[in-house]
Amino acid sequence: MKYTAHINIMPHKELLDPQGKAVSNSLHNLGLSQVHDVRIGKHVTLHLEAANEAEANSLTTEACKKLLANGVMESFEFSLTAN
Amino acid sequence: MQATLEQAVKLGLREDEFEKLKEVLGRTPNFTETAMYSVMWSEHCSYKNSIKWLKTLPRDGDRLLVKAGEENAGLVDIGDGWACVFKIESHNHPSAIEPFQGAATGVGGIHRDIFTMGARPIASLNSLRFGEMDNAKTKHLLKGVVKGIGHYGNCFGVPTVAGEAYFESCYQTNPLVNAMSVGVVRVGQTASATSYGAGNPVFIVGASTGKDGIGGASFASADISENSAEKLPAVQVGDPFEEKKLLEACLEVLQTSAVIGMQDMGAAGITCSTSEMSAKGEHGMIIHLDKVPTRQANMKPWEMLLSESQERMLIVVKKGHEAEIQQIFDKWDIHCVQIGEVTTDKNLKYYMNGELVADVPAESMVLGGGAPVYEREYTTPKYLTEIAKFDINSVAIPADLRDIAYQLVQLPNIASKKWIYEQYDSMVGTGNTHTNAPSDAAVVRVHGTPKALAVTTDCNSRYVYADPYKGTMIAVSEAARNIVCSGGLPVGVTNCLNFGNPYNPEVYYQFVHAIKGMGAACEKFNTPVTGGNVSFYNQSEDGPVYPTPTIGMVGVLESLDQKMTLNFKKAGDLVYVIGTSHNDINCSEYLHHIQGVSLSPAPYFELEEEYKLQQTIQKLIGQKLVNSVHDVSEGGLFACLLESAMTNGLGFSVATDPSIRKDAWLFGEGQSRVVVSINPFIQQLFEAELKNIPHTKIGHVNATGEIHIDDVAWGYISDWKEAYDNALGNLVNS
Amino acid sequence: MKFGIIVFPGSNCDRDMMHALRDDLEQEVVMLWHKDKDLSMFTKDDCIVLPGGFSYGDYLRCGALARFSPMMEQVINFAKHGGKVLGVCNGFQILCESGLLPGVLLQNDHQKFVCKNVCIKSENNRNIIGQNVADKILKIPVAHGEGRYHADAATLEKLNKNNQVIFRYCDEHGEVHLHSNPNGAVNNIAGICNEGRNVFGMMPHPERASSSALHNIDGRLILQAFTN
Repeated sequence: MKYTAHINIMPHKELLDPQGKAVSNSLHNLGLSQVHDVRIGKHVTLHLEAANEAEANSLTTEACKKLLANGVMESFEFSLTAN
Repeated sequence: MQATLEQAVKLGLREDEFEKLKEVLGRTPNFTETAMYSVMWSEHCSYKNSIKWLKTLPRDGDRLLVKAGEENAGLVDIGDGWACVFKIESHNHPSAIEPFQGAATGVGGIHRDIFTMGARPIASLNSLRFGEMDNAKTKHLLKGVVKGIGHYGNCFGVPTVAGEAYFESCYQTNPLVNAMSVGVVRVGQTASATSYGAGNPVFIVGASTGKDGIGGASFASADISENSAEKLPAVQVGDPFEEKKLLEACLEVLQTSAVIGMQDMGAAGITCSTSEMSAKGEHGMIIHLDKVPTRQANMKPWEMLLSESQERMLIVVKKGHEAEIQQIFDKWDIHCVQIGEVTTDKNLKYYMNGELVADVPAESMVLGGGAPVYEREYTTPKYLTEIAKFDINSVAIPADLRDIAYQLVQLPNIASKKWIYEQYDSMVGTGNTHTNAPSDAAVVRVHGTPKALAVTTDCNSRYVYADPYKGTMIAVSEAARNIVCSGGLPVGVTNCLNFGNPYNPEVYYQFVHAIKGMGAACEKFNTPVTGGNVSFYNQSEDGPVYPTPTIGMVGVLESLDQKMTLNFKKAGDLVYVIGTSHNDINCSEYLHHIQGVSLSPAPYFELEEEYKLQQTIQKLIGQKLVNSVHDVSEGGLFACLLESAMTNGLGFSVATDPSIRKDAWLFGEGQSRVVVSINPFIQQLFEAELKNIPHTKIGHVNATGEIHIDDVAWGYISDWKEAYDNALGNLVNS
Repeated sequence: MKFGIIVFPGSNCDRDMMHALRDDLEQEVVMLWHKDKDLSMFTKDDCIVLPGGFSYGDYLRCGALARFSPMMEQVINFAKHGGKVLGVCNGFQILCESGLLPGVLLQNDHQKFVCKNVCIKSENNRNIIGQNVADKILKIPVAHGEGRYHADAATLEKLNKNNQVIFRYCDEHGEVHLHSNPNGAVNNIAGICNEGRNVFGMMPHPERASSSALHNIDGRLILQAFTN
């Protein structure tokens, strides 16, 4: 089976996100004062082949843990679609 | 709500320290107070296991404007109403956990130490140690650390002008990341980390306070009571943009007369800054923690007090001038919030929503005040016996020395560090003269004056391991030699002392003897130690790292005209070695990494001889008798000659000395030697200046761009340069 | 004639530009704050400079947040009325984000920040900025993580046809090829100008090559062009 994984990687909630902070302030300066707590992460998509969804799940998790996300800094979540 | 001994021990205090704390307060402290003391009396803040020996270092000199340890960094007079502020600091353990952010926040922290004194940083340096390059973990750490240093320094806008990187297996799991910053300030416009004047308001400025850094060592244990609401962050994230704004705003604020004192927040954040400033100014403070801007909701008082969130400052302002400084921080869009005021009673009282949560005498917390001081035992390390057994005759001279040389210049400790330094902005600030005219130390001009500073970091830790006393003298000497060879006059030292566990008597032996060697050499070169940092507990499962007392040194050039460069200038120039070559391959890269001999004594070194050599070099440069000057260090005479040749692609033809082994002549690292090139027309004049010092004419600079050793062609400089330039990058990418 | 240098939060080559223009070229320089809104003291003889650095920390996209500074509205207006504007490095990125110049600057192809001397040559001398340079190969430093110029095929064709490419990366002999390109920029483009030839952007830093104390004054040829 072919699957597509849609992965969101975000900085851990308890860590400072300097980029999010600067963007938050700029949005305020543009008059969007209702916006707050901007946090900026990454979105990754990848295709993979797996026998079933469980295997696709574990392969994607492995990819995230080994490379895509830095566990010290970032958390990840993903969804799978069968192609 | 008294703290228990069990809690105190979990926080990192020793049993006797908890007893001492009870004595100081005359009662049992509560949890918050215990937590504060646990950090203030930790090795990092109190220097409790090192201060006894640090005090033996020369710390006085005509040029010193503040005594060592009195302010955040050393302050040295460079003449004409200008002073230089400089310091080096380690960020080893954070970099081992998360190399990018660990190194980045190390750079951020050291720059704050400089501009908190009112100086504008103009140069940064770094001294790095990693494991062997054939290891995947080393590559990961190297890439992350270099990217982190670049990320912070490039954005903050201070050029990285010099540094060093060594690769040895002892650093495999415990890399060393030492960062140095150098700034300049007008004499009389410096800020002090002090606090006085009852009723004067206390401001916190810069970033919001999060639960950063309290997940560190003493708080690793998860079941500490008064438990924190949520998971503590394992790393701190640096924000160089915030720090750049903070720099500009702080320097602007110091132009007003509104500031009493200012201190950056590093370890133990609010606790450390409030106590150190108050102790220095002999006053107290009332602090309302509920007014501190926080990044996370529901922070506990002890979390706020211990937070090590980056890019924050504490400022004590003259009452009535609040609006003046508020306006400046508003201009730069930086938080500036009054959180308390100065009191006369010398105690620090911290409140949370009106409730007193901690009440402690400021002086009792700090180094030089109530913080503990220990003497540690030391014994001669057993490995030194093994080292003494080395015999040069056990090493056969290789048949093909050209091939050995070719391998040698591609060793990561010797090869060009281009892969590293091209990732750093080395030119921002338009002060670094190194780019187009390299010299042994980086020479950085001081805008608005004819002056320049020569800066360097040095430490060959293999020499220190082999002989802590002599090895550290060599580190200081090499730093001074680099400055002298660049045309500068050495004026001061900052040190970063990276050692293993001080409770190990063999490690403590290394520490004690390194300090003794440093003291002797600094005394000789008239370079007082203005400050620095101690980092213990650098070790892996295999044992402690090599003792690594990194020396950061600053020198002054009254005018840029005095600068000397290291590269050969003209074909036909004569090449001399000043100093004596010995039959010595001890501790050399050649012996260690090519011959595979890991234990040998430190190379030849005599302090008095070194001093005389440096005096001579100063004279030669001053009289403009030399066209290039380059000192002999790692890789020996051959590496030195090659480095002088590569910049302009000029070759050299030299003859070895038949009275010593050819491998020792080419690759030996015996100290106190400098290679100079001179115009042949002034040969007599030049030699007349060298009557009292050994020197040898070894050959000349040639026009063909070839290397000739004893009339044997060793190939073209351009090919050697290619190998030398690309070796490290190739290792990283292999 | 005078120069105005805009200081954004995070600009870090503003003072370098000031030193180059004021000390090395002996020109009048006015420092401008990004929150201000007044450029009325500047005429068509003058030049507004957007210096290098990391405005707003380079967060989100380089130049994206600076583009909304109050002063940038004025600069856009100034440029639309023919005023001369020069953006260096981060300044170039801001000019692209603000639409004053076409294209975009992407992350370097090797994914690393790069700081070193590079050689560039002037594409044609019909632009103000190239008039003193002529055929000379200039040695100018670059220092950027996101300097890879990119534009779509149609834009590139237009840039080439209109002689809007002002500098290309080359080797010390003037040859333009892959190995003389420090960041993977399309067609080795180091700098461009707008159709009106009054807005200029370049990644290399001429202000870092203007002082004899640094042993390289090639950058003066570029900056001097605005003083004529």
